[in-house]
Amino acid sequence: MASISPYGKRFISYLRREQIRRLLSTRYRLDGRDPESIREVQIKVGVVKTADGSAEVKIGRTHVVAGVKVGLGQPFPDAPDEGVLIVGAEVLPHASPYTEVGPPDESAIELARVVDRGIRHCNYLDFKKLAVEGGKAYVLWIDLYVINDDGNLIDAANLAAVAALKNTQMPAVLKEDSGVVKLDRNNKTPLQVELDKAPIAVSVGKINNVLFLDPTFEEELSLDGRITFTFADDKIVAVQKTLGSFTPGELENALSLALRGREYFYTALKKVLG
Amino acid sequence: MKKPPVPLLQNGVRSDGRAPDQMRDVQIAVGVVSNADGSALVSYGLTTAVAAVYGPREMHPRHLSLPDRGVMRVRYHMAPFSTKDERKNPAPSRREIEISKVLREGLEPAVILEQYPRSRIDVFIEILQADGSTRVASLTAASLALADAGIYMRDLVIGVSVGLIDGVVALDLNGLEDQYGEGDMPVGYMPNLKKFTLLQLDGAWDYSKFTEALNLAIRGAEYIYQKARDALKNKYMSIAEEIYGR
Repeated sequence: MASISPYGKRFISYLRREQIRRLLSTRYRLDGRDPESIREVQIKVGVVKTADGSAEVKIGRTHVVAGVKVGLGQPFPDAPDEGVLIVGAEVLPHASPYTEVGPPDESAIELARVVDRGIRHCNYLDFKKLAVEGGKAYVLWIDLYVINDDGNLIDAANLAAVAALKNTQMPAVLKEDSGVVKLDRNNKTPLQVELDKAPIAVSVGKINNVLFLDPTFEEELSLDGRITFTFADDKIVAVQKTLGSFTPGELENALSLALRGREYFYTALKKVLG
Repeated sequence: MKKPPVPLLQNGVRSDGRAPDQMRDVQIAVGVVSNADGSALVSYGLTTAVAAVYGPREMHPRHLSLPDRGVMRVRYHMAPFSTKDERKNPAPSRREIEISKVLREGLEPAVILEQYPRSRIDVFIEILQADGSTRVASLTAASLALADAGIYMRDLVIGVSVGLIDGVVALDLNGLEDQYGEGDMPVGYMPNLKKFTLLQLDGAWDYSKFTEALNLAIRGAEYIYQKARDALKNKYMSIAEEIYGR
């Protein structure tokens, strides 16, 4: 198993690529946006009734569904008094002509792990409250399903995960007379989250020396660089450079641009969740 | 935050006796795998990475080759005996797959792949001993192995990690600091072009600490860069001496 470049074949014609790059160098984009604006964001929670929590996020035509299932399991040995979070991501074969059927590829794994890091390193969830007496712990499985990929999957998947957690109903823990501990799905209480501390991921693309927010699928195939910052509270909780290279000055500009993008996503999130 | 078995920082001294801005002992050797086209061994303290490069060579299967540039493949893998506690399952984990990807994307800006149409360049990295900062030691080893293989490059990529321990920005985290510190930021940097090619971060960082950490990473990378250059030079100087005498 080795990482191959380009991973899976994703192509864009030279002409289209040059068109996108030339236009962005003059701070225009094909869809009429300026570099600092983000496509319309739609967030809907509770879209899957069978899940314990769910949400659907659309950024432009990018469409991600997140589902939370709560389980009961063993805590990690190095954190015996905390619950467990497991994030998975699947880019469905529906999502683009370049996606193949099969186990998650490296981009999907990266997507899941970046979202995981954001949630893990902020105080949105209190992992201590997910411990269950008797050496057990709640396990939160978040599965991110990409239904249509029109770029900027990390930002969309992160919003979907955050919204789905807010929507999650925790089944009560039931202790039977025989001592067996299990979940009671007829008796649920909302999962406590702190919306003010929600992690927000913002990706910044780079073409020549122009930095811009919310790249589309075609723009992602024309980039010189891309970096994702995840913010929570007044902190940076995750960063992942996912393409190309950045000078120290560009990084600083990307950071302040991402902070502006964060406001937009956060407002959209707050409007729906609280 | 979990409590470490020993204090990570006491009176400005770290648990292994270093100052916050101090690297562990850096050892670099080039040309350690004789069958490979290029190879390098890099250790930062106990962390040891071996990289071997094969290529440019023919792409198999053929349909994966590209008409206008070469394809680079990178594999990061940890030996089952490289970890401190239990044996690591040798099957590639999600973590190793992600790291293979970020390392490949950390090397690509430095390698002039346009020079190798229809070919592939394979980079294999094995962690023999892990004590924190394995991905950045891998990055230095991989870029040296590529240079040793004579692959066209714009610059070397130097990997170095910075972290946050007890609120202080520190260079080159060891395993303990990685596990118990408040933050970890692996960085890949091209010292001549002054560009970052790998940047990851986790933990909880103030904006000012982030900038401070970037600057410390640059200083660390420049320090390692000198050693990396010397190691490359040494190999070829010794070959020259063998051929031409002193």
